[in-house]
Amino acid sequence: MSQPLPQAQPTPADDPLARVTQGEYQWGFVTPIESEVAPKGLSEDVVRFISAKKNEPAWLLEWRLKAYRAWLSMREPTWAKVSYPRIDYQAMSYWAAPKSAASRPKSLDEVDPELLKTYEKLGIPLQERAALAGVAVDAVFDSVSVATTFKDKLASLGILFCSFSEAVREHGDLVQRWLGSVVPQGDNFFAALNSAVFSEGSFVYVPRGVRCPMELSTYFRINAAETGQFERTLIIADEGASVSYLEGCTAPKRDENQLHAAVVELVALDDATIKYSTVQNWYPGDREGRGGIYNFVTKRGACRGRRSKISWTQVETGSSITWKYPSCLLLGDDSVGEFYSVAVANHRQQADTGTKMVHVGKRTKSTIVSKGISAGRGQNTYRGLVKVMPGAEGARNHSQCDSLLLGDRCGAHTFPYLEARNPTAQVEHEASTSKISEDQLFYLRQRGISAEDSVSMIVNGFCKDVLRELPMEFAVEARKLLGVTLEGSVG
Amino acid sequence: MTLSIRDLEAQVDGKPILRGLTLDVRPGEVHAIMGPNGSGKSTLAYVLAGRDGYEVTGGSVAWGGKDLLALAPEERAREGLFLAFQYPVEIPGINNATFLRAALNAQRKHRGEAEVDAMDFMALAREKARLLEMDDRFLLQRNVNEGFSGGEKKRNEVLQMLVLQPRLSVLDETDSGLDIDALRVVARGVNALRDGVRSFVVITHYQRLLDLIVPDVVHVLAGGRIARTGGRDLALELEKQGYAFLGATGAAATAPAASARPGGSGAR
Repeated sequence: MSQPLPQAQPTPADDPLARVTQGEYQWGFVTPIESEVAPKGLSEDVVRFISAKKNEPAWLLEWRLKAYRAWLSMREPTWAKVSYPRIDYQAMSYWAAPKSAASRPKSLDEVDPELLKTYEKLGIPLQERAALAGVAVDAVFDSVSVATTFKDKLASLGILFCSFSEAVREHGDLVQRWLGSVVPQGDNFFAALNSAVFSEGSFVYVPRGVRCPMELSTYFRINAAETGQFERTLIIADEGASVSYLEGCTAPKRDENQLHAAVVELVALDDATIKYSTVQNWYPGDREGRGGIYNFVTKRGACRGRRSKISWTQVETGSSITWKYPSCLLLGDDSVGEFYSVAVANHRQQADTGTKMVHVGKRTKSTIVSKGISAGRGQNTYRGLVKVMPGAEGARNHSQCDSLLLGDRCGAHTFPYLEARNPTAQVEHEASTSKISEDQLFYLRQRGISAEDSVSMIVNGFCKDVLRELPMEFAVEARKLLGVTLEGSVG
Repeated sequence: MTLSIRDLEAQVDGKPILRGLTLDVRPGEVHAIMGPNGSGKSTLAYVLAGRDGYEVTGGSVAWGGKDLLALAPEERAREGLFLAFQYPVEIPGINNATFLRAALNAQRKHRGEAEVDAMDFMALAREKARLLEMDDRFLLQRNVNEGFSGGEKKRNEVLQMLVLQPRLSVLDETDSGLDIDALRVVARGVNALRDGVRSFVVITHYQRLLDLIVPDVVHVLAGGRIARTGGRDLALELEKQGYAFLGATGAAATAPAASARPGGSGAR
């Protein structure tokens, strides 16, 4: 997948807003670990190869093959406001595992030191941070999970937190019961692709009445060249359970594009709460739009139970293309869905992101807060659907979509769709688009604050309503990331 | 430090506004600048602070011997120049205290001083806020100028001035829109900074401010130049007679002002 995009014009040096956009990607290193890679291309044989590699039960192979067949009959969606060269699905490899995977590490001590160094470069000193912050980290390196910490403590509460492969082996009944229950194999083109070839991911089950005492965290990282990463995450909160899950992503710098098509499914039963937070920092490509991750992700949560609640918070600063709509199916009466999003499109990045809130149960309630930031030649689109079904008596939604433009060559677009089929529904939508104002910048600079810090401050202020939804530790990172991402946009 | 403005010329959108302005402000002095609308008062303030779009086409400005015009706005601020804005801008989502502490620490860092931690900062800011009869909410619960009334915004400007302790303060119509009580509070803040070393350029339309912040020198700006310079009496005279002496357009602003200049300071 090469990326023949037109050249960017040189940025006028005297444009103060132009400089923020010159920050370089800081996480662009490649870890020299030998990978075992499947032959390029996708076929039933490749699906069988992956399933066999993972020693999967027959039902899962059948499940994958069903997805593969569905995928064959589907077309890549074109409705998103993004443009990219045609992806050749036969030109990439669908399986890569570090070679040392033959003897899978059982603890951090057994983890390849090169891998641990990678995590350190990412600013994730696994052991210290996990211990200090009380975070249980399930780190995914390419396709094989390398370390799971705090598992014993969680296990004593009956909480299952493990890699997807382990879940298939150890908790096959739970996986079989819930896999595809929220995002079926044939849901959409990318979800079908994921369902056929997914290799790794995370699995969480919180039993009845248990509140998970720590934030669960997974860092994903794409390392091997020309491999897509297809993780699969499944989180189930049983009746009265609650859990907060954090996901961070980074990928090394390469000239080719890489595909990332993940699926995340959340299930909340009666009175259960799931909070899912993402800081997505995949490689965004360079200033001219060369390279970068294609992030085509399907995330959906089902509030199956009464009074259940699912809350998505995302800070999307990376990827060259983002196609992502974390959604909530509000099935249970009085269930609650939330979507808080910050999306940044800088240089040549394109983001088409938003949410779907489907109100089925009575008195269901949803909140959408979307903050889009466009800089350089970035294009940022909010696309949202609020759908109130006939039986959703007394449903309520409030949507707030704000766009901030840095410079005059970027774009912000808002597509809010609304379908209310119940006359008692109350749906509100507010939207605003503003340019970062010279007045604000000058005001901060006149007080002695540097131009870059001023931009960072204004952007953070703009995103405040979303950032405060993030767990404390993550919020600090997200703030830094926003600053770094937009570094050089202003002078 | 002395501010030396020589034959300053500046334009906005290609239109000349300042046309050869010369002014010296020595340490400890308070200079009032009055003049009709459009005479270039606010332009002078923005040119000194380094705002984009205010293009200097001639002359020079030295601040303590340094070429002020060569510095970026934040560098000028760190060198001790403070502009109290006529229309302070709102910055949503940024806590007033967070902003002000960031500004103070940026300036301290420039001077090679240690950063002020959150506790010490709050103690300092509270003390200054009390002087201006502002309560803690302005610091802790409010975002920068967001939803402030006109008067609150002006007080917030003076609060920033008191915390940052600038060596040269330029007040751009800080009195506009203030009632007499608010005016007294603001003047008290400014006067608290007068220590014989810090200097002030006070831009105003109204003599009543000068009853409270007593200037050493009063200038009348017209047609982009200093048209007259005098002592306090000049402001009183202007209040009685207006700017009629300047002629209809202020073009008569070339009238020699030397006779009105008090010894030792003011325009030349």
